[in-house]
Amino acid sequence: MITLRNVSKTYHLTSPSGRLPFAARRRDQPPRTIEALKNVDLHVPQGSIHGVIGLSGAGKSTLIRCVNLLERPSSGSVVVDGQEMTDLSAAELNQARHRIGMIFQHFNLLTTRSVFDNVALPLELMGMRRSAIRERVRPLLELTGLTDKARQYPAQLSGGQKQRVAIARALASEPRVLLCDEATSALDPQTTGSILALLREINQKLGLTILLITHEMEVVKSICHRVGLISDGELVEEAEVGDFFTAPRTRLGREFLNDFLQLEPPKALVERLEEAPGERTHPVVRLAFSGDAVSTPLISRLARECGVDVSILQAKVESIQERTLGLMIAELLGSPAQTRRAIDYLETHDLHVEVLGHVQRDD
Amino acid sequence: MSSAMIDLILQATLDTLYMVAVSGVISALFGVPLGVLLYVTRPRQILARPALNQALGMVTNVGRSIPFIILMVAIIPFTRMIVGTSIGTNAAVVPLTLAAIPFVARLVEGALNEIPPGLVEAAQSMGATPHQIITKVLLPEARGGIITGLTITVVTLVSYSAMAGAVGGGGLGDLGIRYGYNRFNPTIMLVTVAILVVMVQGFQSLGDYLVRKSDRK
Repeated sequence: MITLRNVSKTYHLTSPSGRLPFAARRRDQPPRTIEALKNVDLHVPQGSIHGVIGLSGAGKSTLIRCVNLLERPSSGSVVVDGQEMTDLSAAELNQARHRIGMIFQHFNLLTTRSVFDNVALPLELMGMRRSAIRERVRPLLELTGLTDKARQYPAQLSGGQKQRVAIARALASEPRVLLCDEATSALDPQTTGSILALLREINQKLGLTILLITHEMEVVKSICHRVGLISDGELVEEAEVGDFFTAPRTRLGREFLNDFLQLEPPKALVERLEEAPGERTHPVVRLAFSGDAVSTPLISRLARECGVDVSILQAKVESIQERTLGLMIAELLGSPAQTRRAIDYLETHDLHVEVLGHVQRDD
Repeated sequence: MSSAMIDLILQATLDTLYMVAVSGVISALFGVPLGVLLYVTRPRQILARPALNQALGMVTNVGRSIPFIILMVAIIPFTRMIVGTSIGTNAAVVPLTLAAIPFVARLVEGALNEIPPGLVEAAQSMGATPHQIITKVLLPEARGGIITGLTITVVTLVSYSAMAGAVGGGGLGDLGIRYGYNRFNPTIMLVTVAILVVMVQGFQSLGDYLVRKSDRK
């Protein structure tokens, strides 16, 4: 439904008047440029919820704005619903945008319009008759739970209610795609949950394709099917959400995950960790397991079958949508041969094993 | 106070109201679109035309920097072309309007500047044309600020209209100078000033009321 191919966006830094500052022109320096996106490829299949996560300034906002051309890519191709967006004339682009809804971090509702009239705005822009507008708006207010707020103004609403209005407004023109620009970042955790539930409902009921950007792992965890990780303008990692939470492939991915799960080996241990195994060391491992492995008593079997002792330093069980994910940081105690066998054993049972380092034996 | 005096004051009040009303309405008709144009042609705005924007900005600044009393006499030929005479109330309306247009434009531009850029972005994401953004987003959202600006303009016009006497325009300010100051009649001076105070108060209250009515924030 959304396909970005080789999309780059470069900003040329200029003064507010749109020209180069005098100083820059005088010094004969090339104008400073910022590469906000570098050769980004992204594919979001119809009906899926795709998240892009990254730190502030990583290029998330630019990426999502390139989909409906609020930002025009410097190069590359943007195809939405089979239409190459970068080739469209201004009028065609406005038509295409009717099929792409968008919601924002700060809601961007018109303060002088009631809830009803805010939702009606995109339909007015399309030139729809008043009676037809009424028929379209009413079920949307119902869907978003705002029927009794129709006559109120945004200033009278809470943040969560405002985002519901924005969602209803974005759905008014019956789009095929919904873009969510940090849609829950200004909301408290509870409200975030209810907005995410609404987005999931919309995705399932209307089959709407959703592309969202966020810096919150919670959002990715609770509604996304796939996730991309953006860093410094590049998509550095992309995976099914379950896989990403089990075993992120990049360092940044692991940082995001550890930050989210608060699953780090104890500080005192980290200081003693050495990269290479020594003569009298034990490996410290991070184990991630999902599916059947969660309910199998693997640790006690490991002790029996490989003859190692397992000292669990931290453990956690997370629900990632329908999947259950177990995570553990543990020290494997035994001879080098035994621990090697233990790791093999775990891997053959579909656990993801990452050796964090080795510690000296205390005895 | 003689009845002749009262007639004079009444006539002067009507003259002032006439000058302020006509120049106020016409300057709003030209100033609001000019203010919108100044805003939307800025770089990175919905109709970005940096060169046009700079030219308009410069013209507006020149208009605002000429002292009103000088503007009034400097444009006499233009005034004669428009209203067919260079003296009287109508002749005063022309320079009043001309002075107020750039004033209104800058205040409208300022009011538009207060609108969060996200609202325009949201409208663009819905496929709004620049014309629709202006009529459905910018003007309604800035309505309170624009009314505030027009109120300031009207009050300024009341005070500018006091200089209309220089072209025989009449009005309260002129009456105060000629009878109150030149003929040493403090009563007339006080009465004219009192009427002006009430008038300004009235315009301000009306403006405040309209802003309150349009403001949903």
